[in-house]
Amino acid sequence: MSVQTEKVTNATRSNPRVEAFKTFSKRLLKNKAAVVGGLVILFIIIVGLVGPFILKTDPNAQNLVNKLQPPSKEHWFGTDNFGRDIFTRIIFGTQLTLKVGFLSVFIGGIIGVVVGIVAGYYGGMIDTITMRIMDILLAFPGILLALAIVSVLGGSLINVIIAVGIFSVPAFARIVRGSTLQVRKLEYIDAVKALGASDGRIIFLHILPNIMSPIIVQATMRIATAILTASGLAFLGLGAQPPAPEWGAMLNEGRTYMHNASHMVMFPGMMIIIVVLAFNIFGDGLRDALDPKMKQ
Amino acid sequence: MTKYIIRRLLQTIPVLIGVSILVFSLMFLIPGDPARVMAGEGASEQTIENLREKLGLNDPAYVQYGRFITSAVKGDLGNSVRSGRPVMDEISARFWITVELSIYATILSVFIGLIAGIVSAVRHYTLTDIFIMIIALFGLSMPNFWLGLVLIQWFALGNLPFGMDMPAWLFDIVQMRPSGWGESWRQMVLPVITLGTGGAAIIARMTRSSMLEVIGQDYIRTARAKGVSERLVIYRHALKNALIPVVTVIGLEFGGFLGGAVLTETIFAINGMGRLTIDAIRQRDFPIVQGTVLVISIIFVLVNLLVDISYKFLNKRIDLN
Repeated sequence: MSVQTEKVTNATRSNPRVEAFKTFSKRLLKNKAAVVGGLVILFIIIVGLVGPFILKTDPNAQNLVNKLQPPSKEHWFGTDNFGRDIFTRIIFGTQLTLKVGFLSVFIGGIIGVVVGIVAGYYGGMIDTITMRIMDILLAFPGILLALAIVSVLGGSLINVIIAVGIFSVPAFARIVRGSTLQVRKLEYIDAVKALGASDGRIIFLHILPNIMSPIIVQATMRIATAILTASGLAFLGLGAQPPAPEWGAMLNEGRTYMHNASHMVMFPGMMIIIVVLAFNIFGDGLRDALDPKMKQ
Repeated sequence: MTKYIIRRLLQTIPVLIGVSILVFSLMFLIPGDPARVMAGEGASEQTIENLREKLGLNDPAYVQYGRFITSAVKGDLGNSVRSGRPVMDEISARFWITVELSIYATILSVFIGLIAGIVSAVRHYTLTDIFIMIIALFGLSMPNFWLGLVLIQWFALGNLPFGMDMPAWLFDIVQMRPSGWGESWRQMVLPVITLGTGGAAIIARMTRSSMLEVIGQDYIRTARAKGVSERLVIYRHALKNALIPVVTVIGLEFGGFLGGAVLTETIFAINGMGRLTIDAIRQRDFPIVQGTVLVISIIFVLVNLLVDISYKFLNKRIDLN
């Protein structure tokens, strides 16, 4: 028994992936800003998941007598023009914000990774055509592509997720293609090819695990961009529709009452900043830990 | 060099064609009947049929695209469904406002971004560097529409935080109404800050990392070893090369501002192309949406083309192939 355990321990010790993960986590934990960013993200996720169950109040419950109240003991973040508690709405809105961030990046990531890996691995015409398509998608600056898609599909949370997802595809595709091109040239890929491995096997078992670092970093950074883009669309009235407590939509509602109830604008805006900032800081930290050469 | 420019121009053509196909296809993404959606609720069958006929929606897609692209090349992007005016007229009336806003925002972001980035790199790993980078991270993470609202709250409505009073000179600068000819820039101060802040943050981060990369190179060490003063090393030897990759970002930022103007123009009620787009989306006026998206994208592609060419001028080492 003890001999077996020793064998397992030795195997774990010599596993290069386990060693790489250990080095990575050591580097990441050393970066205090990244740790704080990570903890904030974790906290926000917990709030999004658990918050609505703890509060047990209706985020859309109106109380017109109490409308536009400034922050107080009863209403930490004040109330809006319908007397709804802004704190409750922000807690419920956390889930919407995270949903848009994660799902759109998931959609964009999956499509982008497949496109990038296929283009990088097969090269030739496939590469040229797919990358030209990505160039076309990149020709729409900033929020414009997502805006154009949502404008025709109609404003809703699902459509925003689809639009922001498509908007994220070229960023993933370009990075994955570049990394695939680098890995494809390595000798061990030639070796597995010589052993008769199929393209699918090479892509999924030998290329993908080795290009995960840039994908993870890109995904973290993209969540921040996705949240900003989605809240921008909601602010324009093209995202989640009222009375959904989406932060961008809350900002839009607060605009009209800004002169006498600035808290309606301040709190949702600050929440967007905190979440986006956390993802950006954590993304920076991940990049530095996964690719120390980039750290400067 | 001429060869490079010609090749780069030729590469732009398929992208422009692709952009036009995508913009044209937007009409087909509309769930249901586009004519019915554009005609609005309660429109009679006759009105819908007339609109369908007017927009040529009864023809096959490739015929429609052929018509769309041949007219677009001649500068005709169809007519607005709501006002009946040519889309090109609607756009040209607003075009320069958005371009002006984007140019000012680019100048602001380059000015602040470069200074912040250079200072940060020269004093890397000091408190100044950390402070600048924290501010840059905030700039990057701040939704610009929120910043716009806060600026309006503080400077246009005069509700500064902590009950502070706005100094007269500041009020004079940021007051919203221009007082005479040549004063239109006054209306632009807050929108330009709103639009340019995110870009300044990106340029600052980019300049810093680019400078640090160059400072770590051998030729800089050689220059230092030769006894060249630190000032000269930084400003003559390092900066020149460090700025090359930053040029690309500046081009991208300008395009981003053209697209991002949608939000800024909405907040500050500026009658530019961004606001035209949003109004058109709300009114389901798709020819206008197609027109503005197409024009902004074409400008973006052309600006990137110019950036690529200037990049070649700046960095002679770039392989033309």
